[in-house]
Amino acid sequence: MTLTQRILAARCGKKHVDVGEMIMADVDLALGNDITCPVAVKAFAAAGCERVHDPDKIAVVLDHFAPNKDIESARQCATCRNFAHEQGIKNFFDVGQMGIEHALLPEKGLALPEMLIIGADSHTCTYGALGCFSTGVGSTDLAYTFKTGKLWFRVPQAIGVTLRGKLKENVCGKDVILDIIGRIGVAGARYASLEFHGDISSLGMDDRFTVCNMAIEAGAKNGIFPVDEVTLEYVKDKTDKRFAKTVTADIRYDSEIIVDLDSLRPTVARPHLPENTVTLDEISKEKIKIDQAVIGSCTNGRLSDLKAAYEVIKGNKVAKGVRVIIIPATQDIYLQALKLGYIEEFIRAGAAVSTPTCGPCLGGYMGVLADGETVIATTNRNFIGRMGAKTSKIYLASPYTAARAALLGYIG
Amino acid sequence: MKQGKAFTYGDNIDTDAIVAARYLNVSDFDALKSRCMEDIDDKFASEVNIGDYIVAGENFGCGSSREHAPAVIKACGVAAVIAKSFARIFFRNAINIGLPIVECAPAAEETERGDVISVDLENGIVNNLTKNKAYAFPPYPNEIKAIIDRGGLL
Repeated sequence: MTLTQRILAARCGKKHVDVGEMIMADVDLALGNDITCPVAVKAFAAAGCERVHDPDKIAVVLDHFAPNKDIESARQCATCRNFAHEQGIKNFFDVGQMGIEHALLPEKGLALPEMLIIGADSHTCTYGALGCFSTGVGSTDLAYTFKTGKLWFRVPQAIGVTLRGKLKENVCGKDVILDIIGRIGVAGARYASLEFHGDISSLGMDDRFTVCNMAIEAGAKNGIFPVDEVTLEYVKDKTDKRFAKTVTADIRYDSEIIVDLDSLRPTVARPHLPENTVTLDEISKEKIKIDQAVIGSCTNGRLSDLKAAYEVIKGNKVAKGVRVIIIPATQDIYLQALKLGYIEEFIRAGAAVSTPTCGPCLGGYMGVLADGETVIATTNRNFIGRMGAKTSKIYLASPYTAARAALLGYIG
Repeated sequence: MKQGKAFTYGDNIDTDAIVAARYLNVSDFDALKSRCMEDIDDKFASEVNIGDYIVAGENFGCGSSREHAPAVIKACGVAAVIAKSFARIFFRNAINIGLPIVECAPAAEETERGDVISVDLENGIVNNLTKNKAYAFPPYPNEIKAIIDRGGLL
């Protein structure tokens, strides 16, 4: 069985599961946010449910349009807040404690190896970086799990991704996953798991989170890394539970992709699909002018992402006419970046630094684009209208590449 | 299902195209009907009638997990979505809320906007009455059919 199938089998009490099999599995953690949780709360009530199955296996994070961007968002957050209070959900994260959910839950030790996690947010696949099965679902799924503690799954096939070599300077997890999506397309892993193997040791946890985060952008059900020393080091002070390294020798994949880390170059996705990839070397010849740069999100708002931006930006000024918005993904990341002097440098360079929020990534607020504007963003989607007006253009890239563009005023 | 007209789209229609995230500060699906398909087809919301169909290419509903996407399509009165293939989360959301979806590549390939079509879910047939053609599609697995027969997951 694949890494994914092993976890699914364990959570439905079977020794073995087959591809295509429909199973009802126990869910270890179910996540909702201020956009998807209100819909789940409504569905939960409409089905006549009163109490959740286990409040300790639920997390609610207000991050998409929080701090509330308008009255409607405030109402949605209030719905979540009331539900969390009524149901005794202690893993409820409001303004001041919240961060972007997919950076926050691992940081809090709520996402751990071997778990089965669902979230009513497509980027829930992020946690697979820790060696768990984690996937995005809808609000009715979430309500069903609130009620029963379980959910239905179709056992997926897997694509093996073998990493070879070592990441070079200024190349990171974002470049790895953009390269993969560029090669297999936005539907290339539809219904399948992306399972990462090989020379994974040069990818730190932040890089692995970025890689798994965008598995959904290849259509994947989940992305997953084996548990190794890097994983164990990351989780050791976040939980009392102890985990073993994953044994992967016996896994065979129907299809495999090889990524040569040694030769991998900084990569950019052109509008309007993440599969429209090109190397920075190539696209820089076009000197594409930008109006805005956004560094943050569940994809690239972690400390090493801010460090990459800091290394580029320190001592410099952002280009005239470019609006640069930097968003640490959690309060803890924000504090660490503050202590390390990153935030001061960002502000001195002329960037705006915001409290954690998903805001601009989905065209919500805190940096919405006008007609015809161009942004380089470390976010995950460059669909039409995703970050603002439908004629705006989004180029996806790593924090290193976005920070360079912020100084140059163009992608280069 | 009754006859309705087809609204056709290409591959990789994402959930931001179906209902843009910038409007998700509300979760009243009726209130979001006027935003359906806004960024790729500004005529859809005003022209769609109850019982019409959406017909699309590969990977329909890719992107976000927002249930608002199938829910707003359903609120618009769309009888069923026919596509060459569906993105995974959209698929489960549609099944969970009782929006019929049909994977039928030949029908998706040949249908043109405005064609009058109907879907026979029981027997697995898409009829294109304008072109006088019928296309068969495989039935759902039993577990999925059970959810549909219950009218949704909850």
